[in-house]
Amino acid sequence: MGLPEYLFLLQGLKWTVLLSCIGFVGGGIAGLMVALARTSGLPVLERATSGYIGLFQGTPLLMQLFVVYYGLSLVGLQFEAWQAVAIGFTLNASAFLGDIWRGSIEAVPRGQTEAARALSLGYVSRMRDVVLPQALRISLPATIGFLVQLIKGTSLASIVGFTELARADNIVSNQIFKPLLVFGVVGAMYFALCWPLSLFGSWLERRLAAPTR
Amino acid sequence: MSQASSSEALITMSGVDKWYGDFHALKGVDLEVRRGEKIVLCGPSGSGKSTLIRCINHLETIQKGRIVVDGIALDDSARVVDAVRREVGMVFQSFNLFPHMTVLENCTLAPMRVRKVSPADAKATARKYLEKVRIGEQANKYPAQLSGGQQQRVAIARALCMEPKAMLFDEPTSALDPEMVKEVLDTMIGLAREGMTMVCVTHEMGFARQVADRVVFMADGEILEAAEPETFFKNPQNPRARTFLGEILAHH
Repeated sequence: MGLPEYLFLLQGLKWTVLLSCIGFVGGGIAGLMVALARTSGLPVLERATSGYIGLFQGTPLLMQLFVVYYGLSLVGLQFEAWQAVAIGFTLNASAFLGDIWRGSIEAVPRGQTEAARALSLGYVSRMRDVVLPQALRISLPATIGFLVQLIKGTSLASIVGFTELARADNIVSNQIFKPLLVFGVVGAMYFALCWPLSLFGSWLERRLAAPTR
Repeated sequence: MSQASSSEALITMSGVDKWYGDFHALKGVDLEVRRGEKIVLCGPSGSGKSTLIRCINHLETIQKGRIVVDGIALDDSARVVDAVRREVGMVFQSFNLFPHMTVLENCTLAPMRVRKVSPADAKATARKYLEKVRIGEQANKYPAQLSGGQQQRVAIARALCMEPKAMLFDEPTSALDPEMVKEVLDTMIGLAREGMTMVCVTHEMGFARQVADRVVFMADGEILEAAEPETFFKNPQNPRARTFLGEILAHH
């Protein structure tokens, strides 16, 4: 395996990182909105987001990417491959993160919200100052776990012809006929992405846990 | 003992009814709390004492009747509810301090967010009240690093930082180890001496004797008796009050 192959793989790695970032940021923002809507106490919002979560958790990501890329083009919404993938990941991640965070928000003891209410704190302050910081800590293991899954899940973007790391892997190993070597290198690259994230998660967990012990 | 300087009502509840589904939790409750008055609410568990005080700051909604706090008639609008909550502090059985914030941050949050007090002023006020509940040196600790009694005193200081006109206590010593009950009660007695209007749900009859202007006895969601502590303890009129007193005083 020579320099051109490595460069090609790194090119794929770059897209994997970018896609993951889009998924994190887009999914995080949309997921927070889903979680807040899901716990809003407003029946219409709660039912709508519950349906949204059910839909995206209940169908394969692969199919969701298909629908966004090919399906929407049938109704005249034409996206570039990377746009379709970004939208697909954002929708999918927001459903999962939204549900993880919904659970964490509900796991914050009711007395916390009551104390905040009794102090006359409004909704924004109750959430930002009191509930979400505690929910974040509760959700951390599940959130990090999901984000690691998301990085690995970006390999599905190859289905719409997008050359990220997994597809680059495929192309290179077909060219040089050394699949095990290439797989090994690519596996190491994925690991180099995911492992630090897991470490960061454990570190953050310890840091946030310290004062409450 | 009685420091009810003015006879003007601060809190008025009239004809208040509350249901939880089919369960009739409050039945036509009438209660008036004058400025500076200290009221102790007692009664068997499930009698609606906590529900009653939680209606005053709208942690529970009522289905019938009227509650007026400091001239504001309570309804379900957020503006009115917030206005009432600004003037009424509450202390809970389980403290409910914010665990991710220091003692000082617990005390400065609401004044800064709700009263728009500057951080420096909020800290100064917080330190003043933390000193008052004799916990000033713990200001930078987290709640979990304090004992139960200390946590409850912080909770009292946190409520006082909003400079409320009345304080509601919902069984403030029930979750405490016996040796910590006194420090919390002493704090409450100090507060009472300074003329704070207080409504306390508690089984501490010694406290009731010492500071209450009136003891209100509830059972099954109704107020059955309201009297000065001496009268109430010596000669309760209602048979259920007599039974109740017999049961709890047997342990003291």
